[in-house]
Amino acid sequence: MKEILLQIDGKEVKATEGMTVLEAARSADIFIPTLCYHEKLKPYGGCRICTVEVEVRGWTRPVAACLYPVEQDLKVRTRSEKVDRIRKMILELLLAHAPYSIELQNLAQEYGADKDRFEKESSFCILCGLCVRYCAEVKKKHAVGFVKSGAKREISFIPEISSKECWNCKECFPLCGTSYLQAAFVLAESLAFSSASSKNATEK
Amino acid sequence: MENKKIDRIINKYQGKPNSLIQVLLEIQSENHWLPKEALDRVSKKLNVPLSQIMQIATFHNTFSLIPKGRHEVHVCTGSSCHVRGSTRLLDAVQELIGIRPGETDSDSKFSLDTSNCLGCCNLGPEIIVDGKHHGKVTPAKAEDVLKNYE
Amino acid sequence: MPRIDSAAELEELRKGILSKRDPNKPYIAICAGMGCHGLSNDRIITAFEEEVKKQDLKKKVDIRATGCHGFCEKGPIVVIYPEQICYVEVMPGDVPEIVSQTVLGKKVIDRLIYTDPNTGEKAAHQSEIPFYKNQMQHLINNNTKIDPKSIDDYLAIGGYSALSKALLEMSPEQVLEEIKKSNLRGRGGGGFPAGKKWETARNAPGEEKYVIVNSHEGELGAFMDRAIFMGNPHSVLEGLIIGAYAIGSHQGFIYTRHDTPQLKNNIDIALAKAEEYGLLGENILGSGFNFNVEVHFDIGIFVSGESSALMKSIEGKNPEPRAKYIRTSVRGIWEKPSNLNNVETWANVPLIINKGSEWYASIGTERSKGTKLISLSGNIVNTGVAEVPFGTTIREIIYDIGGGIPNGKKLKAVHFGGPMGGSIPESYLDTPLDFDELAELGAPIGAGSMLVLDEDTNMVDVIRFFLDFLSNESCGKCVPCREGIRQMLKIVTNISEGNGREGDIQLLEEISEVAAAASLCALGKTASDPLLSTLRYFRDEYEANIK
Repeated sequence: MKEILLQIDGKEVKATEGMTVLEAARSADIFIPTLCYHEKLKPYGGCRICTVEVEVRGWTRPVAACLYPVEQDLKVRTRSEKVDRIRKMILELLLAHAPYSIELQNLAQEYGADKDRFEKESSFCILCGLCVRYCAEVKKKHAVGFVKSGAKREISFIPEISSKECWNCKECFPLCGTSYLQAAFVLAESLAFSSASSKNATEK
Repeated sequence: MENKKIDRIINKYQGKPNSLIQVLLEIQSENHWLPKEALDRVSKKLNVPLSQIMQIATFHNTFSLIPKGRHEVHVCTGSSCHVRGSTRLLDAVQELIGIRPGETDSDSKFSLDTSNCLGCCNLGPEIIVDGKHHGKVTPAKAEDVLKNYE
Repeated sequence: MPRIDSAAELEELRKGILSKRDPNKPYIAICAGMGCHGLSNDRIITAFEEEVKKQDLKKKVDIRATGCHGFCEKGPIVVIYPEQICYVEVMPGDVPEIVSQTVLGKKVIDRLIYTDPNTGEKAAHQSEIPFYKNQMQHLINNNTKIDPKSIDDYLAIGGYSALSKALLEMSPEQVLEEIKKSNLRGRGGGGFPAGKKWETARNAPGEEKYVIVNSHEGELGAFMDRAIFMGNPHSVLEGLIIGAYAIGSHQGFIYTRHDTPQLKNNIDIALAKAEEYGLLGENILGSGFNFNVEVHFDIGIFVSGESSALMKSIEGKNPEPRAKYIRTSVRGIWEKPSNLNNVETWANVPLIINKGSEWYASIGTERSKGTKLISLSGNIVNTGVAEVPFGTTIREIIYDIGGGIPNGKKLKAVHFGGPMGGSIPESYLDTPLDFDELAELGAPIGAGSMLVLDEDTNMVDVIRFFLDFLSNESCGKCVPCREGIRQMLKIVTNISEGNGREGDIQLLEEISEVAAAASLCALGKTASDPLLSTLRYFRDEYEANIK
């Protein structure tokens, strides 16, 4: 593996080819916040809270640290006025869904995000996909997935699979960052009202 | 939908690892909706988890998980139709047949959906019934179009 | 039909086709494009077929159901060749008269020709009608001359001569160089130089490479790609094969609309015919070059036009974009280098190879070369597809070609590029059509849809409409796009209903900055562009509704 030297917040960091900026930062004990990242899962790039600024050939641009591959002599800034503005807004958008999430609240404090900036939304889920991806990638059960598009996107359990697999597993529950155990809620709903929930999935 | 029909569609793409979307589109086009049993069969035959199939099948109103009525009514809600009054036309159509986009009426006569731009902007605002275009439809004229369908 | 194995055989075949054709033999070109299809042109086609049969003229007259002629507003359109007499708004009842009077009698039927609503002037020939007269057609002009289902028709107008030249007389490097020199820029939205893109794919490591036609055409009010692909599918295919040769690809994909059966049909026939003639498959034209094409259909959602989402869809997966820190031309379908261009871009390629990059680059502005197909829609007299050289002013397109604004209304704004584009006000109408100039004004050309808005338009409502569209037609994976659009839509809806609050505009600007900077794909990054353009030019309409 080729060794790559890059700079994160002014500090020289050694990485190997194929690593992401987030992995390189973590290996050097540099903190970048994440919400949809998990060591055991493929990087997803959905929450964008790990946005950092990189400088390549004199150009500075915001990128998702969890997906951006390290390059020789890359300069990374994990905090800047712009990065902080982005994270603050992302937190405010998510706090409209999950205002009592400890994880979000802690970050909100760091970035000065106002949990009441936006009107509260009816769904608590922040769609980080940790439960979906954990079930697919680690457990290989595919009991839960995403349905619908855009602003209507949600998670949904497949009743036939979850009725067999979920009760002895529940490993996705503690992954939930919302403090509402979204997976647990949606699972219970889909099993208790299996016909209602499949109807839900068809509503556009 | 019979398994035989589903298998025939799947078999057409034999050996192609990327046929899932094409198979779903063909089932939708032939059967006008995607019954749960059909999705189960596709999942088994193509060896794709049902959760992935459900994501695609709910991603756009191209697919329907509920049966369609005898006549599929689409109101174009593209940008040109919008500035020519498609919002009022859609309201009128909803009023006339008593259902919202994505729904089928109780006697399975009509299903209603909005449609993205089909490139017939010269006709806007338009209603498309079972693929037939009815152009320059004012809200008042919607009834004239729909009354011809039994 | 035996397959063609050399340039000589191709030319021989062409000669053979032409020798059987009498240029003076009358033919009836009936538009079967989308606009005329919507006007039930099938009844006109049937009527002509029956009339010709009835008068026993089958040997004396040809009938062609052709692709889109562009003048959708006046459809169904019928053109009688060789005189090129153009009839508009033709009804089945007009057909017997057209056959007897015009096709046989060479007389013009006055009531069926075009009358300019502004001047009252009549025009019997296509070349005299202002809508056509003010265009420069190099792509769509062939639509009236061929039956899209006939490869012989395409060969008769010189089809596949560019392919023969590229494969047999030029090296892949020379083809690439020619495209680079022509400065052809992608017509799908970004205006990225096609040659540069091709070069990246060509130089990307890996043996297996793909070329793709993007025929998703999800931009609202854009219907020019359908016009070209449905009307002249071989021209797109020829461009694709040439591109594949230059890039070093042996597998192509066509990604097109599931909802347009006529398009599907014409593509299928074109592919089958090309294969039969040896223009696809193994050892094309005896050159040793192999190339195959597979057709894939979209599921209708707007986001699937985004290159990485489109490629996922071709893989059979849900069309969700991925981060493109490594470009799709390096890592695309199944992680292999994949070069994506839209229909119009590919259709330009044979033209450049045939006529040369110098000729091509002589058309247009300094940085935008060639012609551009524009779809005119909204509050405009002549809805349709027009082809103009870059550099034509927006005013010329709207007034000289488009015939101005209907019902005596004034123009308020022109919106380019659909849900990811922008609007400019009347005062900018003298801006030339140019990728960079319009982008600087906040109204990038996009794929070329031009939505004309009259004085009655509520600009805040137009933006509400686009945001609502995107909130359904995005994938919903990343937060800045999904949640940003959700909140922007709420705020803009409030404003459009007269319930805006102080600070709303600042909040909109703040959200849009974050969506633009931090979204996963181009959809989220540009979702607020229409909003920003209206905040730039029509801010007062927002402010008027804020308490």
